[in-house]
Amino acid sequence: MSLSAPTCIGASVSRIDGPAKVTGAAKYAAEYVAPDLAHGYVVTSRIARGRIRRIDVSRARRVAGVIDVLTHDNRPQMAAQDDAYRDDVAPEGAPFRPLYNDRILFSGQPIAVVLAEDPEAARFAATLLGVDYDEEPHVTDFLGQRDAAVAAPKGAFGPPPARGSVETALEAAPVRHDADYYVPAETHNPMELYATTAIWDADGRLTVYDKTQGVQNAHTYLCGVFGLKPEDLRVMSPYMGGGFGSGLRPQYQVVLAVLAAKALRRPARVVLTRAQMFELGYRPAMIQRISLGADADGTLRAIAHDAVTMTSRYEDFYRQETGWSGLLYACANASYAHRLARLDLPTPCDMRAPSAATGVYALECAMDELAVALNMDPIALRLKNYSERDQHSGDPYSSKNLRACYEQGAEAFGWAGRAPEPRAMRDGDELIGWGMATGVWEALQMSIGVRIVLSANGHAEVSCATSDIGTGTYTIMAQVAADMLGLPLQDISIRLGDSTLPRSPVEGGSWIAASVANGIAATADAIRADVLRLAQGLPHAPLAGAGPDDVELAEGCVVSRADPSRRTPIADALRHARLERIEREHLTEFAAPKLAHNTHSAVFAEVRIDEDLGLIRVTRVVSAVAAGRILNAKTARSQIMGGVVWGVGMALHEETLIDPAFGRIMNANIADYHVPVNADIHDIEVIFVDEPDAEINHLGVKGLGEIGIVGVAAAIANAVYHATGTRVRDLPITLDKLRR
Amino acid sequence: MINFDYVRATSAADAVSRIAAFPGAKFIAGGTNLVDLMKEDVERPPRLIDISRLPLNRVEDIQGGGLRIGALIANADLAGAPPVAQRYPLLGDALRAGASGQLRNMASVGGNLMQRTRCCYFYDLATPCNKRRPGDGCSARDGLNRAHAILGASVACVATHPSDMCVALAALDAIVHVRGPTEGRALALTDFHRLPGDTPDRDTNLEPDELITAVELPPKGFAEHYSYLKIRDRLSYAFALVSVAAALDLDGDRIREARIALGGVAHKPWRDARVEDAMRGEPANAATFGAAAQALLRDARALAHNAFKIDLAARTVVRALTQAARGTPQSQTDKRIG
Ligand SMILES: Cc1cc2nc3c(=O)[nH]c(=O)nc-3n(C[C@H](O)[C@H](O)[C@H](O)COP(=O)(O)OP(=O)(O)OC[C@H]3O[C@@H](n4cnc5c(N)ncnc54)[C@H](O)[C@@H]3O)c2cc1C
Ligand code: SF4
Repeated sequence: MSLSAPTCIGASVSRIDGPAKVTGAAKYAAEYVAPDLAHGYVVTSRIARGRIRRIDVSRARRVAGVIDVLTHDNRPQMAAQDDAYRDDVAPEGAPFRPLYNDRILFSGQPIAVVLAEDPEAARFAATLLGVDYDEEPHVTDFLGQRDAAVAAPKGAFGPPPARGSVETALEAAPVRHDADYYVPAETHNPMELYATTAIWDADGRLTVYDKTQGVQNAHTYLCGVFGLKPEDLRVMSPYMGGGFGSGLRPQYQVVLAVLAAKALRRPARVVLTRAQMFELGYRPAMIQRISLGADADGTLRAIAHDAVTMTSRYEDFYRQETGWSGLLYACANASYAHRLARLDLPTPCDMRAPSAATGVYALECAMDELAVALNMDPIALRLKNYSERDQHSGDPYSSKNLRACYEQGAEAFGWAGRAPEPRAMRDGDELIGWGMATGVWEALQMSIGVRIVLSANGHAEVSCATSDIGTGTYTIMAQVAADMLGLPLQDISIRLGDSTLPRSPVEGGSWIAASVANGIAATADAIRADVLRLAQGLPHAPLAGAGPDDVELAEGCVVSRADPSRRTPIADALRHARLERIEREHLTEFAAPKLAHNTHSAVFAEVRIDEDLGLIRVTRVVSAVAAGRILNAKTARSQIMGGVVWGVGMALHEETLIDPAFGRIMNANIADYHVPVNADIHDIEVIFVDEPDAEINHLGVKGLGEIGIVGVAAAIANAVYHATGTRVRDLPITLDKLRR
Repeated sequence: MINFDYVRATSAADAVSRIAAFPGAKFIAGGTNLVDLMKEDVERPPRLIDISRLPLNRVEDIQGGGLRIGALIANADLAGAPPVAQRYPLLGDALRAGASGQLRNMASVGGNLMQRTRCCYFYDLATPCNKRRPGDGCSARDGLNRAHAILGASVACVATHPSDMCVALAALDAIVHVRGPTEGRALALTDFHRLPGDTPDRDTNLEPDELITAVELPPKGFAEHYSYLKIRDRLSYAFALVSVAAALDLDGDRIREARIALGGVAHKPWRDARVEDAMRGEPANAATFGAAAQALLRDARALAHNAFKIDLAARTVVRALTQAARGTPQSQTDKRIG
């Protein structure tokens, strides 16, 4: 199969689900209604560690409209084994079990759900709960636990094996740089609140509308937790108002909604508050120590990357921060260490570009500092150590056009005009700084099922259980299907976010676009072969003798590639065979790629800093991205821009503040938890460099959900140094830190 | 959030008699602060008396100069009202520096005066707070206090008043008109808010059964030499770390009169008459401004995390005065500090 003239793939197509979203036709998890719906309001723990001695529900129960109050004392049955609670992406440990027992593991833990005829009664009654605790001393002070941190277990995310001899190489290196970099805990804050509506059908089966990035993950999890038969449960999440990783694991509201539905034998809905969402998971705070050794000409001799990250006491969540350092640049000696500080907090979780957003931040700041020490241009240093191979495996890349990112990014940014020394550029009261950084992320793909139903009337329905978390999955699926089936975009309809559809992994890791696009292409191949076979059944078939690879689907016909005048309309082929539709479901497996595969970027940032007041403005960002074939120029650009905006937030604003005395998050709202607002965002230019990749997969797609944020915070931090001569190594870079 | 009942006041007199008759009731205007606090159970009024429809929303010239601003005019409308734009641009700018467009459309002048601190412990019932429950202790004193007060704080409370509008009103010597069940009275803006002392639960000198009806501005508007400069952690939609309302009356290069009010540094907008008096007759230059800034912050005291505010406040004072003297006030819409 080839794309003789793809018209949809790559085009700047607006989201096909846009009209449904802006007109309100698209329903979200909290918007499904059913007669007799019970409304749940969650009550959370005020202490960080201890036991619940007693929950007095008597006053709450007396409130008019209150149906019941569920606590660990009176909830319906739940599984007793950890395994039942271990979802597809659970880290090592004993997963949190909502309302399971009297144990308090973190402040903000759900301890009761008040169920009422309307949300107001539930919320009011929740204020009347009397909770007595047996409090135990807690520890949530991450920096204070640095020395107590324990080595991370050697799981899938453990550091890669060291190579060479770092100690010796560092000692021998004529130029060295060593520093600690700090990233605070950060919280996803997707727009849509986490919510679940659970509705019984007449046969006693349950449909659960859940906000989740993985309907099948939630399905398996709920079946395990509640001992449900798979066929008696359906999980739906057709639309999602942002996830960013916070919805990869089933969140506790889905358990509470199902508990409520089971306890009451009624449909039930649980919606979390913004504050409650801060306890669902977060990017863990971390300290990373980077040591670099180099020759005077910039050749890297040694890289050591040690990370200490926070996790809960019940699960060891960690990602491979350190490995990025050894991967990216040619260097014979590299070592890594990862330790975990276990705290009385909820388990952290994946947040956009987990490990790379943070690990590459530290590495790329360190590289900038090394460039300063070497008196070398930051790009020149990176080019000096450019690697055509994955430094861990030694494998060459399926494609790596990072070089073009540096070149085109630098050109668009005007990097050549940069005065090398800090504090050399200014405009009135403002110092100007230019910084850059490299970005790197994975190019993963996962086996995925796709079903295509092609109707004689020229319409195709494509379905897969994946989610569209707001990134544009609906749209790229339709684009790929349109090209592969030779139909106009408007004749494609997409179904997703339904656990009964063909198998999909959770939507994360930037792997869905590549996986589902190739899955659609492979399924369309089968459809094409079917159509050809049917077409060849026609009398005087114009395509007699052609094989599936000799034809393509185009303009509603099956067409000979060699001679496009030889063609049969799909409709004729189906009608002749007396078929209304043909249907194919296909599971696409991806062989483990033989070649190394990553996406890359080069990020350039300009900051302007009011010297007296310390106010920082990021006035320009250029992000040049190499991510294989771009499926949709518009949604891809939006995706990268969103990543850049988030990178600005990571650099300057975001920080989840935990008070160590109370073990509580103190800015659990979006007035106090700062993300950039319009005034903080200026020019952002996105460049996609050409990166044809015939190896990675059929369509040459690598995915770009996460690469956009990687490197941004480092580019900004480096620009801040260039502007001021002050190196701030702890995020966010607030104005007070420029004056320490 | 508790259940509450709701009544609508038909007149100012009705509003006041209703609140006097129902202890614990609260007025609601735009609701942008009160409803948030109710959602967090910080405020638990059993009854809301809606005053938002009362005809206290006019901006009227006062005989002999000055302006009378109805307590219920929306912050956005006030900022855009021609007499404010022409004669009191400092006030308009301070209003525009606050919150977001949507909030300013709802927020009233009276509500803005009465808005409560943004201290994070005040909002969280799981932590002690003397302002919420006197005697419980102050969690901020040894806690997360990066945004807290550097001036006028007490052992009991180190919170700041978050308003921008009030900082400009303080600089403009505004007068607050209030009406109680039996009589009306007027308070200088600078006497309206209190320092925390031993009674941090009381933000203002307004009695619970009094209604703010209007704010009066004296004739002098400093429309030529003023600036409102707000420094915050992002460039919009954030509370001030430090803000400065600066107003100058210049005689050539000499200062005839100076007004400086600071926001984000104390439990009330901060003014210091001694400092302003000392500027009288001095040249409007960096030396004078620097000396004034130092003098204003002479008594500043830092907590563990807010020491930077002292120096920042001084620098902000100097910059705002410089902008005012030059006649180039800080723009509230540009994405930059001038
Ligand atoms: C996210 C967010 C960001 C914000 N940012 C800023 C900012 O940057 N700068 C800033 O200055 N403000 C900011 N604000 C606060 C905003 O200005 C106030 O919430 C608003 O001014 C309150 O006015 P309101 O009419 O809504 O008051 P309401 O919420 O209705 O009332 C507040 C209080 O005032 C009392 N009250 C109201 N009117 C009267 C009256 N006439 N007489 C007596 N008592 C009365 C009420 O009883 C209540 O106790 C922000 C608010 C939010 C939610
Ligand atoms: S500073 Fe004031 S408002 Fe904040 S915790 Fe202390 S007493 Fe409460």
